[in-house]
Amino acid sequence: MPSSVPQSPAVQVRSVTRDFGSGDAVARALRGVDLDIPHGELLMLVGPSGCGKTTLVSIIAGTLQPSGGEVQVFGEDLVAMSPPARVRFRRTNVGFIFQSFNLLPALTAVENAAVPLIIAGWSRARALPAAAALLDRLGLGSRLTNLPSELSGGQQQRVAIARALVHEPRLLICDEPTSALDAENGRITMELISGIAVQPDRVVIVVTHDQRVYPYADRIATMEDGQIVSIEARRRGEIGAPSHHK
Amino acid sequence: MLWIAWKMLIGNRAKYLGIVFGVAFAALLIAQQSSIFCGLMALTVSQILDVEGAGVWAMDPKVKYVDDVKPMADTHLYRVRGVAGVDWAVRLYKGIARARLEGGSYEQVILLGLDDATFIGAPLNMIEGSIDDLRSPDAVIMDVVGYRKLWPDEPFQRGRVIEMNDRRAVIVGLAKVRKTFQSFPVVYTRYSQAVRFAPPERKVLSFVLAEPAPGISPAELARRISAQTGLQALSRDDFLAKTIRYYLLNTGIPINFGITVGLGFLVGTAIAGQTFYLFIVENLRQFGALKAMGTGNGTILLMVLAQALHVGLVGLGVGVGLAALFGWATRSFSKLSFYMPWQVLLITGVAVFLIVLLASLLSIRRVFVVDPAIVFRG
Repeated sequence: MPSSVPQSPAVQVRSVTRDFGSGDAVARALRGVDLDIPHGELLMLVGPSGCGKTTLVSIIAGTLQPSGGEVQVFGEDLVAMSPPARVRFRRTNVGFIFQSFNLLPALTAVENAAVPLIIAGWSRARALPAAAALLDRLGLGSRLTNLPSELSGGQQQRVAIARALVHEPRLLICDEPTSALDAENGRITMELISGIAVQPDRVVIVVTHDQRVYPYADRIATMEDGQIVSIEARRRGEIGAPSHHK
Repeated sequence: MLWIAWKMLIGNRAKYLGIVFGVAFAALLIAQQSSIFCGLMALTVSQILDVEGAGVWAMDPKVKYVDDVKPMADTHLYRVRGVAGVDWAVRLYKGIARARLEGGSYEQVILLGLDDATFIGAPLNMIEGSIDDLRSPDAVIMDVVGYRKLWPDEPFQRGRVIEMNDRRAVIVGLAKVRKTFQSFPVVYTRYSQAVRFAPPERKVLSFVLAEPAPGISPAELARRISAQTGLQALSRDDFLAKTIRYYLLNTGIPINFGITVGLGFLVGTAIAGQTFYLFIVENLRQFGALKAMGTGNGTILLMVLAQALHVGLVGLGVGVGLAALFGWATRSFSKLSFYMPWQVLLITGVAVFLIVLLASLLSIRRVFVVDPAIVFRG
């Protein structure tokens, strides 16, 4: 790891809780989660549906406020931040890869990939070539002007990866990035994420149910019933499901 | 970001066209009905507009509008001429006469008697014959639309005779004049002759037309005439306004047209509002993705307003264009009045702006409250 990378964790989650609803109908999605993620790590969050994985990454990404606890990302206190400051934080620091891609159907591949740069205030004349260069690296140089509807699922996910990385965020959130893809495209997607996205100064969090992608993880955190029940350190490329011990 | 908003908007062609249709329909209805309303209002003052050259109209104090003629004694002409600041003043007869055609049928006509010497108030656009032909015995000039109404599909026959008040009237020319509210044929003749065509009355003078001397405004001269003679004297513009105001306040025309215009507004708002709302709801996930990626609510608001403004401008252009096309296509159809002044465009523009504003306000709340975490739900 380069010496310029800080030694403190990039992401610190302390006793985070999150409730939905109120009164008798309250549902506790997170029950005191603690998690540290160092710089340069690809962490996978796994667990059954409804265990709180998506709620936890939403809070780490700054799209959802916790009901209690502390969240520090790159030294910034997300809980104390004002809503506009959180918007600015996401704009600069966070990239997203979604399960259903969430590409804008009216924009071409290169236009979709350029969206974070345009949100950041870049002109189209600057943003589109930058997005095109990244898509080229991802093997989509010949599909720049295609609409999402004209691309395969794997190609759409590569556009989503380009969109997530084009503004060089320090935190990359991937929500079930392979669940809508076949095995081959899922493998290609994870290789792109682990090969291009993982950087010494960046944190990648992948929420997944797909055991085939576990070999790409540095650590696998298993959640159950709103808590992290185990965190297993791995060497990337190691095959096998996580064992449930902390 | 406005570019992304625009691409999102036109990306869904069906929805886009639906919203534009809603706005265009409203704009068409509002512009077309308002133009017909303005056309009708213009009809009510057509005979004031047709009288060129006189800045002031003097009349009986009880006159409410141009067709509400209250005959005066001829001596009022000389009283008006005696007012300081009058450059010239002439008589004008205006009334409804019953004309007997060759076949024995009767038709009502608007009879205008012009000052014998000057023909002030004569039509400017002669189609057949000339104004000087009025100097012939029993001569009258008829408006061309009225002539075609009385003798459809027949060419103009100079010397054709009709009778009014048992006196023969010889048609010596045709003039193009503005359409009238009553749609009766308009017949011009000399004042001295008009009073013989009209039913006998002790007083026959309808109006005194006066022109202010140089340096005096029509309004000032009207004030002086009123003060000195006790007549109601109005500048041409004030008489136009008084006549239109009368029809606005005393007929059902504005209410009828107002209802149609209001319905156009409501239907347009409903169609455009609902379609725009559905468009926004269908794109909530995209807005959610943009919010997750760091787009603030202020920018989202601008995007939605820009989308609404875009469909508003396109819909306004299409709607007003179609209304204008309608007016152009029916311009030769004499029964239809269509007049589209710039005020109609302004009113339609304001209405369309309100429609798209309402439509976007209905939708914007959904975008504001959308949780950016929506994008994590598969």
